Amino acid sequence: MALVAETAAPERMQRRELSDRAFAWLLISPAVLFIAVIVVWPLIETIRLSFTDATLGGENWVGLQNYAALFADPKFWQIVGRTFYWMVLAVSLKLIVGLIGATLLNAAVPGKALFRVLVMPPWVIPIAIGVIGWKWMYNGYFGLISGLLQEFGLVQDRVALLATKTSAFYSAIVTDVWVGTPMVTLFFLAAMQGVSRDLYEAAWVDGASRWYRFRRITIPQIMPVIVSMALLSAIWTFNSFEIIWILTEGGPRGATTTLIIDTYKVAISSQRFGEGAARAVVIVVLLATFSLFYLWFLNRVNRHYGAK
Amino acid sequence: MQIEKLSLLQKIGVYIATFFFLLFVLMPFIEMIRVSLRPMSHLMTADFTWWSEDFSLQAYRDMWVTVPLLGRYIFNSIFIATSVTALTMVVVVPAAYAYARLEFPFKTLSLGGFLAVNMFTGAVLLIPLYRVLRTLSMLNTYWAIIIPGVAFLIPTGIWLLRSYLEKIPRELEEAAFVDGASRLYTLRRVVIPLAVPGLIVVGTAVFIGAYAQQFLFAITFNNVREIQPLPAGLYEFIGYQDVTWNEMMAAALTGITPVMLVFLFLQKYLVAGLTAGAVKE
Repeated sequence: MALVAETAAPERMQRRELSDRAFAWLLISPAVLFIAVIVVWPLIETIRLSFTDATLGGENWVGLQNYAALFADPKFWQIVGRTFYWMVLAVSLKLIVGLIGATLLNAAVPGKALFRVLVMPPWVIPIAIGVIGWKWMYNGYFGLISGLLQEFGLVQDRVALLATKTSAFYSAIVTDVWVGTPMVTLFFLAAMQGVSRDLYEAAWVDGASRWYRFRRITIPQIMPVIVSMALLSAIWTFNSFEIIWILTEGGPRGATTTLIIDTYKVAISSQRFGEGAARAVVIVVLLATFSLFYLWFLNRVNRHYGAK
Repeated sequence: MQIEKLSLLQKIGVYIATFFFLLFVLMPFIEMIRVSLRPMSHLMTADFTWWSEDFSLQAYRDMWVTVPLLGRYIFNSIFIATSVTALTMVVVVPAAYAYARLEFPFKTLSLGGFLAVNMFTGAVLLIPLYRVLRTLSMLNTYWAIIIPGVAFLIPTGIWLLRSYLEKIPRELEEAAFVDGASRLYTLRRVVIPLAVPGLIVVGTAVFIGAYAQQFLFAITFNNVREIQPLPAGLYEFIGYQDVTWNEMMAAALTGITPVMLVFLFLQKYLVAGLTAGAVKE
């Protein structure tokens, strides 16, 4: 048996080695084609359009004019700042809420299997539907939150949370955190369950408290997952469209206008394709720079904690 | 195990904290149910109260009149999500197999390229997509929502299914090869049947993704009411001055029932499958 395998192997391996490439390319070609037509080509086209004044009517090459106008506009920098503030705040909150949630769902109490299912609905349903629910709750006249605030005597009159600039912004943050919580919680929980029991037992034998074990074992062990979840979350939050659009459409008076919302308004609502494309390119450049910097950081964290 | 044991006080603490955590997560649902059961007149006039005497299912009857196309919206949502899932899987299965099993040039680079697609949500590419779809006369058709939907689910699908396929023992394929089976035959008759549980997990994840992401493409590429999916259909009503909120909530809850059922049936596999990549082997 061994003899047969030995003599047959080299020839067979060689034959397969050659067709491996062709077969692999054949298998991935539909996916590549799809992405090329729906993502790569439009991306190139977006870059080209950003140098034109394209509208529905037609287009002329205008060079860097769109970018010059954009960078000279103080409003635009305000939007960039707001977008990063939106992203950092929402992602931090998601990570904190997710970490708390995962710790709770990881605790050895009866009913934990049920709790783990109950945390998922915001992820299962269409984002837009959940946000419609929140829009009702923020409603000033008979919304739940306004009602509760009055009940507890925190406010005198009804408050329309989406009507003033500051409260609209933070309301949108809360909804965004709500949308992102299930995914983050689930991944942290899975990571926590993957931590070796031996580590806990060793620490426990040495008399380490629960809090100490959490800080010195759980957190460092799941750090790679926290860091990669933070990146994914940051990209999603940066690009988050439906939440803001349904709640406020970027208002009141631009208080919740992030780069994505601004791009959509210029490009689609007003059909100023050229100017919109310039904004889209800025988004891509910012996100790519941020991601690369972050991956470099992730690499360092992984090395520091000795994972893989 | 001894180490995990919590004292009674600690247990109570965990339950109270879990209660507040789940309250945050489920609040909109509780509130949507509460609102859907109350007559509109009471929602508008009475001061805020938790409980009321006049709970009724009236809104669940009236919603079909107020939103005449509700049934159509729900059908569209399911139809679009199903089409997107079917198309995505047809593209994803062979690609995931290639990444799981074969060595080829630019393997890592192309996989990275796929994952980078996640960085561009549709919003960034809407302008050229709009023009492409217009050129292909796909605007205001189901295709306008389905085609972009597929593209943005392919990367995640490949990623999830690849890690599943890697766990299937190679020996079975080797055996088929030795018996002289062709590569395509092996993929069809050996690998795919073995991968059924993984296909279900990835298929469900893709379905939920497809169900969740319809809004942006629908409001941008389509303005025909008859083919609008549920979120876009309802959004139109939210924009009006007089929103009959109780009926909107009843409609929203009715509309999400199918996807919730799919989730409940498959949640056990889904949760395990989705997080497999996050856990160290």
